[in-house]
Amino acid sequence: QIKAQRLLYFNMSESTKPHPQGKGEKTHVGDSSYVGIDAILEQMRRKAMKQGFEFNIMVVGQSGLGKSTLVNTLFKSKVSRKSVQPNPEERIPKTIEIKSISHDIEEKGVRMKLTVIDTPGFGDQINNENCWQPIMKFINDQYEVYLQEEININRKKRIPDSRVHCCIYFIPPTGHCLRPLDVEFMRRLSKVVNIVPVIAKADTLTLEERDYFKQTIREELRANGIDVYPQKEFDEDAEDRMINDKIREMIPFAVVGSDQEYQVNGKRILGRKTKWGTIEVENIAHCEFAYLRDLLIRTHMQNIKDITGSIHYETYRVRRLNESNIHFSAHLSDDPAVEPKANGQLEEQPSALQPNGVAAQHEALSHEM
Amino acid sequence: MTRPISANYVPDDLSRAVPLAGHVGFDSMPDQLVNKSVNHGFCFNILCVGETGLGKSTLMDTLFNTKFEGEPTQHNQPGVTLKSNTYELQESNVRLKLTVVNTVGFGDQINKEDSYKSIVEFIDAQFEAYLQEELKIKRTLHSYHDTRIHACLYFIAPTGHSLKSLDLVTMKKLDSKVNIIPIIAKSDAISKSELAKFKIKITSELVSNGVQIYQFPTDDESVAEINSTMNSHLPFAVVGSTEEVKIGNKMVKARQYPWGTVQVENENHCDFVKLREMLIRVNMEDLREQTHTRHYELYRRCKLEEMGFKDTDPDSKPFSLQETYEAKRNEFMGELQKKEEEMRQMFVQRVKEKEAELKEAEKELHEKFDRLKKLHQDEKKKLEEKKKSLDDELNTFKQKKTAAELLQNQAQQAGGSTTLKRDKERKK
Repeated sequence: QIKAQRLLYFNMSESTKPHPQGKGEKTHVGDSSYVGIDAILEQMRRKAMKQGFEFNIMVVGQSGLGKSTLVNTLFKSKVSRKSVQPNPEERIPKTIEIKSISHDIEEKGVRMKLTVIDTPGFGDQINNENCWQPIMKFINDQYEVYLQEEININRKKRIPDSRVHCCIYFIPPTGHCLRPLDVEFMRRLSKVVNIVPVIAKADTLTLEERDYFKQTIREELRANGIDVYPQKEFDEDAEDRMINDKIREMIPFAVVGSDQEYQVNGKRILGRKTKWGTIEVENIAHCEFAYLRDLLIRTHMQNIKDITGSIHYETYRVRRLNESNIHFSAHLSDDPAVEPKANGQLEEQPSALQPNGVAAQHEALSHEM
Repeated sequence: MTRPISANYVPDDLSRAVPLAGHVGFDSMPDQLVNKSVNHGFCFNILCVGETGLGKSTLMDTLFNTKFEGEPTQHNQPGVTLKSNTYELQESNVRLKLTVVNTVGFGDQINKEDSYKSIVEFIDAQFEAYLQEELKIKRTLHSYHDTRIHACLYFIAPTGHSLKSLDLVTMKKLDSKVNIIPIIAKSDAISKSELAKFKIKITSELVSNGVQIYQFPTDDESVAEINSTMNSHLPFAVVGSTEEVKIGNKMVKARQYPWGTVQVENENHCDFVKLREMLIRVNMEDLREQTHTRHYELYRRCKLEEMGFKDTDPDSKPFSLQETYEAKRNEFMGELQKKEEEMRQMFVQRVKEKEAELKEAEKELHEKFDRLKKLHQDEKKKLEEKKKSLDDELNTFKQKKTAAELLQNQAQQAGGSTTLKRDKERKK
């Protein structure tokens, strides 16, 4: 029943609900060869339900692209406050701000702490040079906080996870190609965080325009060596690759967000009402919101967190711990957001020392430690 | 730390609860998590501590319904060694890497003072291996084969009286390092009434000696009841058997005696079912978690403090482990350099000395050679002189001889016999 869930991704039916094993159900009573090892699944599930989950999602894009609306639509609640209020005093910020809001949400006994990180001001200036820097810094800062707690001697049982699991990048629906800002941002950030690019306000594109735009974007991403989620190199096995290949053929998802409900065919659905028709947000014939939601929440959320933890965070950690080995390690960090820490104590290698011997011992010590 | 951190973590009590207007779908998260674990496989490591012959291997076989290979050990081991075997088990879609560690020779020695040491060392070694991996720069924690002991089954001999002092000492040394589940082995040797008394005695002895055994967790409502009931049945009185006997129309695991049959899975006969229920079906995950969050953390804390790391210095400013690493590393490097210098000096010194020695020897040899040469020359000279003098003698003799012959000839010619007479007279 668990394997089936992966392939149900593309059936899109509401019945992709998991069927948890009933508690206390003895399915193997009287079976003398039954040991009960598989009961660990239920034990794990119980533990997970008790602990709850954390998910940190960042939205990046120019103002007016519908970021807050999309997040609210994804989580069907007001988890994100629209950044530009009707009040004329509250203008677009002069610098990029990073705003983090957490909410506790619960569904069928599963509790989740959802943190939405908004980046008002991104791409809104006239000169947008280095506008990715505060965002990079924020992401790296969260890794740093986690690392500091992890290397503490007295550390918490569960290290609070504020690391950005997923960054949704909003591409304006120009229909042509990626702008230099888009390329720069995604190129840099795809190395430190999972990026999910989406075409915002996709109801302004016809289906042909949409397909052409998506194809162009995919090519540009490929040409610039930008690896967005799901990254090809992290596919675990053939099955994974198959599922993820299908997703990679569809990204970026063309989405429409809405928090307004309308009556369509006797049902109340989320949509945008225009004079020429009502766009149903969750209708895959109209837009790809449902695919995005399923990817982010229903099927790949755990995987997104795993990649953040075991790959992006580990990469940061390696770089950070190597910083003091700068005289001996083979490569230096080239990320502008991370300044190599100058180690004043060993300015020059004493001529009597043989570099190979010392470096090897150094390596051994850091491994030993 | 040179950079200020904008830690954006909102503590739990400050994040707002928000109602959902429809089905979002993150209720599938437990399934996603379980799915990932299924693909990964699970690890579970059991340590069996107990004297030889208490049925440890048989119990493992019975618990996991397999015949783990192995010969029963002899009683003549010189010390306690730990033998570990890893097996891959699979049930429906769950793959389990089970490691069973046995104490070989426990309780067999005459002097058992150090018996617990090898067990403690083994447990610590597993923690150490994990710590090493965790501290590595390039690490692969998610694919690391966790060998830390999750559960320690302590086999108590069915004497019916009380715990042996070896048991108390060993359990006391282990209780802060591993989850201990004490069990009464071969409990078919004890009658029901004796068993009740025995259990009470054991429990009270454990309490009075401050031994912390593993308590099945009672904080989750779904299992709180069963766990607290089971807690009161500790230590479990078990019987193990892999042989099957026909009871009624079923084949059951049992031990057959002339006076009756002890059925392993009959709860009236022994607590085997309770043990299996608690150890595997209900609390396996909790055992793993306690090992990681409590026992391992304790080990890690002690080890790091021992190595000289601190979280805060006397002025209450947080040290970064990074800085301490660096300080230690520099210290070490400094020492290393010093040592290398010293060694170099010593080497140079030695070379000089040896060189001087060799030079001395060479000089001596030369002198000896010169002496010998001189000696040789002297000898040669002497010999030549002697030869010369001998030659001279020879020449003189020859001359004399010639002169004498000449005179003889002259005498013969002058007066034949008179010279002869004179010669004769002369000769006389």
